[in-house]
Amino acid sequence: MKGVNAMTAAYRVSHLDALEAESIFVMREVVAEFERPVLLFSGGKDSIVMLRLAEKAFAPARIPFPVMHVDTGHNFSEVLAFRDARVEELGVQLIVASVPEAITSGLVRESADGMRNRIQTPVLLDAVEKYRFDALFGGARRDEEKARAKERVFSFRDEFGQWDPRNQRPELWSLYNARVHPGESIRVFPLSNWTELDIWHYIARERIGLPEIYFAHDREVVDRDGMLYAINEFLPLRAGEEPFVAKVRYRTVGDASCTAAVKSDADTIEKVIDEVAATRITERGATRGDDKVSEAAMEDRKREGYF
Amino acid sequence: MTISPEAPSRAMDLLRFATAGSVDDGKSTLIGRLLYDSKAIFEDQLEAVEATSRSRGDEYTNLALLTDGLRAEREQGITIDVAYRYFATPRRKFIIADTPGHIQYTRNMVTGASTADLALILVDARKGLLEQSRRHAFLCSLLRVPHLVLCVNKMDLVDYSQEIFESIADEFTAFAAKLDVPDLTVVPISALKGDNIVTRSENMPWYEGPSLLHHLEHVHIASDRNLVDVRFPVQYVIRPQSTVVADYRGYAGQVASGVLKPGDEVMAMPSGFTSTISSIETADGPIAEAFPPMSVTIRLADEIDIARGDMICRPNNRPAVSQDIEAMVCWMDESRPMSVGGKYAIKHTTRSARAIVRGIQYRLDVNTLHRDECADGLGLNEIGRVKLRTTVPLLADEYRRNRTTGGFIIIDETTNRTVGAGMIIEAA
Repeated sequence: MKGVNAMTAAYRVSHLDALEAESIFVMREVVAEFERPVLLFSGGKDSIVMLRLAEKAFAPARIPFPVMHVDTGHNFSEVLAFRDARVEELGVQLIVASVPEAITSGLVRESADGMRNRIQTPVLLDAVEKYRFDALFGGARRDEEKARAKERVFSFRDEFGQWDPRNQRPELWSLYNARVHPGESIRVFPLSNWTELDIWHYIARERIGLPEIYFAHDREVVDRDGMLYAINEFLPLRAGEEPFVAKVRYRTVGDASCTAAVKSDADTIEKVIDEVAATRITERGATRGDDKVSEAAMEDRKREGYF
Repeated sequence: MTISPEAPSRAMDLLRFATAGSVDDGKSTLIGRLLYDSKAIFEDQLEAVEATSRSRGDEYTNLALLTDGLRAEREQGITIDVAYRYFATPRRKFIIADTPGHIQYTRNMVTGASTADLALILVDARKGLLEQSRRHAFLCSLLRVPHLVLCVNKMDLVDYSQEIFESIADEFTAFAAKLDVPDLTVVPISALKGDNIVTRSENMPWYEGPSLLHHLEHVHIASDRNLVDVRFPVQYVIRPQSTVVADYRGYAGQVASGVLKPGDEVMAMPSGFTSTISSIETADGPIAEAFPPMSVTIRLADEIDIARGDMICRPNNRPAVSQDIEAMVCWMDESRPMSVGGKYAIKHTTRSARAIVRGIQYRLDVNTLHRDECADGLGLNEIGRVKLRTTVPLLADEYRRNRTTGGFIIIDETTNRTVGAGMIIEAA
């Protein structure tokens, strides 16, 4: 906790210190109470912050659980390189649950539009079963989306990986109920109470490295339904589309076939913070084709076991 | 009228508050206004709500749709669960636990209040205090929420009448005095018109107190923490399997209360062994003091046997060590009532135990506060005073003195559901 010495006189705790302390508490609780936890790591900024918190929670010991990437095969190369470097640096085990492999083996079928967001869910659940994970750390925040505003920090999943929003365990004080039967699991969200801006403030304070695509850069894009998509092998040009070069950055990093960029000049953390503080569109609304389907799109996917 | 957007400030502190009330009280309008004026609601969220309102034929944009997150809630037009909302001003980050107000959702309000520094209760100025206003105040006092704010809403509909406001404020103050509410503030507002929300209203020159937001930004919460009784529940023992830091042994946890410093003599409970703190560590290096709510790792000068569920405290200031607990319990399970002889799992600090219900002294009517001493069980949303016997001793404080070491949850051992919340009155 930086700056604590200067504030000791008043026993004052900043909001970032309070959030950090809460997240670390949650992570230690999981390691103490579960047999086989795993941290879902996509290389996105939230999972990067979560991994940093895990590093802090168990220092000077190594992180006592593996990380898992549910890999759609539609990746930004910068993000994959970042993932591998970070895992190497921390000395943690990386498990890759591969959607392309699951398509080949017949576990899932490619959807007509080529988007792999929804078919990630069976791949994730298959890996949970294979490795018998009983607790999965996810980087979701309650401010992201309104179905998430009601999700618990310890969110129960039945043996089918399903979330039942009407039948959630009450969560009081900081007493988290970690009891599950074999085959059931808990999704744990240590960043529940963080906002997008808290994440950026923390990244700045902790000097946490991020994949380059979070900062403004020139990229060849097309305008599709009012969103800017990078042209790449997973997102081919459609007839009549005219690609153009724009200065953009990514606010979220997901599947490269459904994550859009936003126009931006923010090429430093400070500029990104200013931009986030002034923005009037939610990050998922601005950048995720997958959430635009209906008002309940996220709730439906979460019920099925999406993270 | 705008609250300045969340500035890139890193020196804010954090205030958690719970709101209680029903849709009719204007609670959603108030929350919608706080979120919108602080730019915590975004244009795409507002557009989605406007489109839904239009398609349902609502005459106005229904701000309740912003906060009702689950499909079932939107379809039924009711709030059924606790929703967490976030906004910030340059001074503070706020976490709202937005809870439904009806009696059938008492468990949700208890859940929201359990972590709150402040609770906000709304009443409609035209209707005055209702049974539910008293119930909300009682639950806040039961959960020991340190600050209570009564918002007398819809003042615009009573011509901003000072007389009406004061009569409601007086009645509520008299009621709260019986409840042991540490700090009460009453604010006349109109959530719809924005009176006394962000700035002082010109329509109520007779009101000399702060606007609601000013109060939320300035209410003094630092001293709500217990900095006297050192309580450090051990969560996890860090023992790296590494030659670089061989023989390292650190006790990780979050400070529940008190201030710990290197050199302090401490006692591990329940063993009673004493030692001295050799260092207090974080991943960023050693620190000079630890206090709530910091998560730290404590190292001791002597090798004594300490495990998860134990507690580090001071030799002359210790929690009770007891298997016999008396507590107020709020029951949260719809399928089976709590009954005498029932056996449950409980979680208290980082310690787990089993417990048997030895007796139910009384069940409390949350509306009238009448005690029914013939009760033999507690049903969903019922609250009563209960005697428990646990399999292992708890390291317990009175809840009124320490919310962290005085609270526990009750878990059904068959379903694994959290079925009750307990607040310790006495451990003997």
